Amino acid sequence: MNLSERSALERKAREIRGLTIEEIGYLGVGHIGGAMSIVDLLVLLYHRHMRIDPANPAWSDRDRLVLSKGHAGPALYAVLADKGFFPIDWLLTLNRGGTSLPSHCDRTKTPGVDMTTGSLGQGLSTAAGLALARAMDGLPGFVYCIIGDGESNEGQIWEAAMFAAHRRLSNLIVFADWNGMQIDGYTREVIDMDDITAKWTSFGWHACMVDGHDFEAMDAAIQEARERATPGREKPSIIILKTIKGKGCSFCEGQVSNHNMTYGIEQTMQALQALGVSPRLIPELLAQGR
Amino acid sequence: MTTSREMRAVYAETLVRLVESGRDIVILEADLMKATGTGPFAQRFPSRAVNVGVAEANLVGVAAGLSAGGKIPFAATFACFASRRAYDQFFLAANYAQLNVKLVGTDPGVTAAFNGGTHMPFEDLALMRAIPRLTIAEPSDPVSLAALTALAADTYGCWYLRLQRKPAPVLYEEHEQFTIGRAKVLRTGSRVTLVALGALMVREALAAADMLALEGIPATVIDALWLSPLDEQTLLSHMQCGCVVTCENHRIVGGLGSAVAELIAEKAPGTRLARIGVAADRFGEVGTQDWLAEHFGLTAPHIAAAARALVNGSEQAQTEPAGTGTDSRYH
Repeated sequence: MNLSERSALERKAREIRGLTIEEIGYLGVGHIGGAMSIVDLLVLLYHRHMRIDPANPAWSDRDRLVLSKGHAGPALYAVLADKGFFPIDWLLTLNRGGTSLPSHCDRTKTPGVDMTTGSLGQGLSTAAGLALARAMDGLPGFVYCIIGDGESNEGQIWEAAMFAAHRRLSNLIVFADWNGMQIDGYTREVIDMDDITAKWTSFGWHACMVDGHDFEAMDAAIQEARERATPGREKPSIIILKTIKGKGCSFCEGQVSNHNMTYGIEQTMQALQALGVSPRLIPELLAQGR
Repeated sequence: MTTSREMRAVYAETLVRLVESGRDIVILEADLMKATGTGPFAQRFPSRAVNVGVAEANLVGVAAGLSAGGKIPFAATFACFASRRAYDQFFLAANYAQLNVKLVGTDPGVTAAFNGGTHMPFEDLALMRAIPRLTIAEPSDPVSLAALTALAADTYGCWYLRLQRKPAPVLYEEHEQFTIGRAKVLRTGSRVTLVALGALMVREALAAADMLALEGIPATVIDALWLSPLDEQTLLSHMQCGCVVTCENHRIVGGLGSAVAELIAEKAPGTRLARIGVAADRFGEVGTQDWLAEHFGLTAPHIAAAARALVNGSEQAQTEPAGTGTDSRYH
């Protein structure tokens, strides 16, 4: 990754953060914290790694993404809208009756969303099933899955972990958003997961931990994970991302209360200014000529 | 002479035949392959047989993922685990996500026998019936099992197949045609209609009809086959006798008896109903299947007694002045 590529990704990530803050801010409430913490990853995947075609969301050879921490859907919607999977003004419909953009990801409602998620722990199993189907058919490409740190309390995560390792699903690359917070507080205080990298390694995975806001570090980790598809080295991979919940959202970054929070247009504007991006969605803000 | 066949062998054979004829089926097991009897399938198509170990949540989740990847997954485990343990996974990752997952619940009701109350699902149908659009079927014999398995493979959408593993007598001709949501009328009689679900209860209902015939009470026997969609048309057309007995290897809450009660309340008020099944306040227990069937009142004499009471009550009601005798209209 050269300097200009990294700059472009950083610029795109600021735009996506701005869109996501507007998207939730226009509604007035939502899962801002866990959406912000995975924006850099989503931008890296959708702008550098994933084989996708926004004009053909059902393309059978595409890479898949299962956002198992489905409550972070608004960040994914911003990326997909920006990519052209659907009109960008759909983002203003988040969670409103009849919307195609529900709080938690729904494969039947949103172009570009590959799996329905929201009941935590389930997405990793479905991602493993998707990866297995592709392996059975000898299809190239990867299935990416994003889980949360709080989500890792779920027993099903570890059922799926054993399964994917046993089947040597090297086309499965998982990211764990390790922002250290869950609804009821700091993860170390609710359920301390201790040395998470060691846990996954002991489950038979290729596991590493990198800074989830460092594009070069994440890029290198993804390259390393993809090499696990080499015959003789097959293992599923997990990249644990040290992240900051609410990253880049000035009014809530790093606050343990930001899992699902209420904020309005004024805070939205402040956050956009802090990011250095212009509003793109909210009519009231656009009318101010900004 | 009636021949019997082991139901699980028919299930496995049918899946082999379906793959041989081009269906992209994958079977999933949760360390119960020996019980489900799908070993022959796994030997024939090892790459299409997936054992997830003792992990039912993952079983259903992986099945949903395989479906999203274009496969036709048939995931099997004991019905208690398929329903109670993996309900949220089946509800959300499979049904809500509008995928194509076939979930097979084996050892329903008292057929769990020596595994006892912990493993004895009397509520799986109730749980499944609460899931929108889910197709729910319980084959009654080897022929219907093969046919319904093929229908499941060829019909997009989620299914719950309730499967008795043990041998069951053949009821249907080899080439009998089956249609989703259409029950089969096995016998017609003018005084009472027995509606039964599953191999065990269809057998008991037929035996009850024999007993009733000897008493001069001709009975219709319907093999419901489908709990959802329920064959309302066939059921309603056989309610004109005014007396219906539902027969299920399940608690009387939420399953066939409840479905028929709802149908009667809305579309055939005045029809007398008795529900044969496990009482609402009882859990499963351990014992032989025969002992349990008798213990929970699922056998032919219980069905016949309920039918007899309904018919007698009906006659009594007809001789009583209007406005009385309504207390016993619903049992």
